[in-house]
Amino acid sequence: MNSSSILSIVTFVYGLSALLYIICLIFRKDAPGRAATWTAILGVAGNILGVGLRWVESYQLGYGHAPLSNLYESLVFFAWAIVTIYLFVERRYKNRVIGAFTMPLAFLAMAYASLSPNISDRIQPLIPALKSNWLIAHVITCFLGYAGFAIAFGISLMYVVRERPGGQGPVSSRFPEPATLDDLTHKMVQFGFLFLSIGIITGAVWANSAWGRYWGWDPKETWSLITWFVYATLLHARLMRGWRGRKIAYISILGFMAVLFTYFGVNLLPGLHSYGAQ
Amino acid sequence: MKTEGDAPRASSRFWRLLISIRLTVFLLLSLAATSIIGTLVPQNASPQDYVRAYGEFLYRLFYVLDVFDMYHSWWFQTLLVLLTANIVACSIDRLSSLWETVFVKTPGFRLSAFRKLKDRESFSVQGSADALEARYAAAAARRFTYTRTEKTGEGFCIFAEKGRWTRLGVYIVHFSVVFLLMGGLIGSIFGFDGFVNIPEGETVQAVRLRSGGGEQPLEFAIRCDDFQVSFYETGAPKEYRSSLVILEEGEEVLQKDIIVNDPLRYRGINIFQSSYGKIPGDLKATLEKGISLSFTSRASGMVYRETALVGKPVALPEGGGTFTVKELLPSYRFMGQQDLGETLVGSLASPDGGTTEVKLPIRFSRFDKMRKDARFVIAVDEVVEERYYTGLQVTSDPGVPLVYAGFVLMILGCIVTFFMSHQRLCIDVVGRGRKTMVTVSGAANKNRAGIQATVRQMSRRLNALDRG
Repeated sequence: MNSSSILSIVTFVYGLSALLYIICLIFRKDAPGRAATWTAILGVAGNILGVGLRWVESYQLGYGHAPLSNLYESLVFFAWAIVTIYLFVERRYKNRVIGAFTMPLAFLAMAYASLSPNISDRIQPLIPALKSNWLIAHVITCFLGYAGFAIAFGISLMYVVRERPGGQGPVSSRFPEPATLDDLTHKMVQFGFLFLSIGIITGAVWANSAWGRYWGWDPKETWSLITWFVYATLLHARLMRGWRGRKIAYISILGFMAVLFTYFGVNLLPGLHSYGAQ
Repeated sequence: MKTEGDAPRASSRFWRLLISIRLTVFLLLSLAATSIIGTLVPQNASPQDYVRAYGEFLYRLFYVLDVFDMYHSWWFQTLLVLLTANIVACSIDRLSSLWETVFVKTPGFRLSAFRKLKDRESFSVQGSADALEARYAAAAARRFTYTRTEKTGEGFCIFAEKGRWTRLGVYIVHFSVVFLLMGGLIGSIFGFDGFVNIPEGETVQAVRLRSGGGEQPLEFAIRCDDFQVSFYETGAPKEYRSSLVILEEGEEVLQKDIIVNDPLRYRGINIFQSSYGKIPGDLKATLEKGISLSFTSRASGMVYRETALVGKPVALPEGGGTFTVKELLPSYRFMGQQDLGETLVGSLASPDGGTTEVKLPIRFSRFDKMRKDARFVIAVDEVVEERYYTGLQVTSDPGVPLVYAGFVLMILGCIVTFFMSHQRLCIDVVGRGRKTMVTVSGAANKNRAGIQATVRQMSRRLNALDRG
């Protein structure tokens, strides 16, 4: 059993957990909720095991590097970060409804990594540009930030659904209070913003040690800055202008679109040089 | 009167605009929106590429608007300068009043305000209030940086607080942004960003600048002794390694192998492994040392090898006369048509006194076979080996320390702003006959859940203190 097959199984474990959270929300039953939490914990354990095994395998292949070096590995870490942070939120707020909106995101990330024909799960050797200790710090902080924003996105969606004109449906009335959702969005955005900032900074320091410039307006860099600007706007509007609720939820959703574009969309842009290719 | 009255009003209106959060949000969103353009339109490409991609009209429009180098355009830089001005103005405006709040000697404290707070916990104990004072004050002092005990009519109250300075957190973040922009400015004025290709064995004293294409002389020379590239079995590159030597006035002062991610830094100049390539061997140098020629006898089929120098006749075997290398042509058009590239020219003197000019294109070793009535077919034997050159990125950026200081401040400032708060707590102890009522209440500038937890913990701790 290799790491790829373990991580494929984790994909389905996350999928099952997401389904259980949704069932728990719709049928207002406790049992599927508890099962959903335990399934998610099992998935996290499997995720850690898969990543650890992949690390060992990379040494066995003679490459020897942390499993954070390509799209597949980053998606696997992204999914792990989403579920882990979510489980902390669930424990803290004692509410499983949010799981119905965040667990599917982790499932989608894992499913994209495992099932997309365009993403190779082969362990590849590191090209010279990626051989740096900054790689680990940069990737981990960026994706913790992205995961924070992903959960904020899920919660903002809940806010928009709950507070939509035309009143609450039978399902959305079970969501947490709007004030709680708003506060949680803010907390998750703060968490994401801190880690996105550290991620950009570690990337800049790394770029300076590899290429001699800490900022080069590369499309990926620029889009991460655009994302940073969007969330900075959210924080200022909330703190200084007192924006709450729906407006904040919309900016949070917009911010997550910028995150997705930074992550995936940049590869579609015309670039004079491809990222990391030396 | 009118002019005197208008001037301050206009300037105060300008100041109000400059310190407005509206301007901040406008600038942040404008920077975000305009930054997108530069990721959609490739930057600093050649005009031909742009005309091909966008057509003549759009090309001219984009050119006028600096879209092709937009992050350095006047309008984008203006947005950045405005953002800096906005941050500085906001900080001046709010910091001047906040400063007195933060660095106050004896923090203000009104018991009546605390008695109205919702976040509170109460319990009652047996005995008089006075007996509790010392123990409660010690317990509060252990958890808070500032405590003060005041007598009240029916007992006493302890006021405690911590994290007053964390109110400055957001300004730490703001100043970090100013640091970043200043560092960037210093780098763009006093630094340079250049590149140079050094063939193995050669030395350079200057580099070419990336923007403008000028030359930047260096205070020292860089020699590349060796360049090596290695590959994985998959064919992907594994390592680029250049062996560099720094020379000052001809003296070797430093030797280092650089690879990507491990640059050489010397006297404020950073030298990075950036690219590499191959160059054809240097024929002229080979010629000076002697070039190897082969003479194939048509009569016997024997191949003879000789090393020839320019102008020195070489005696041919089998009584074939002499051959003299005359010069190296950089190019040679055969019959006025095809360019055969670098070509050696020699003259063949036969024993009977006649001379023939012989052309030997380096790259076409069988070219001489076409010569009619020749006793020998001559060829340049040695295919001169290709050499590597290493491509180095050479930069100097005196703004980096300021930028890095900005990075550290930004991270610290975000942590303080997001996760720390100014917590104020009041332990209100009121004697009621033989019983004493203890009420713990608290307030914070943010994170209400945090102060609620603090109030609960303090209340529980005091209660336990009393029983134990």
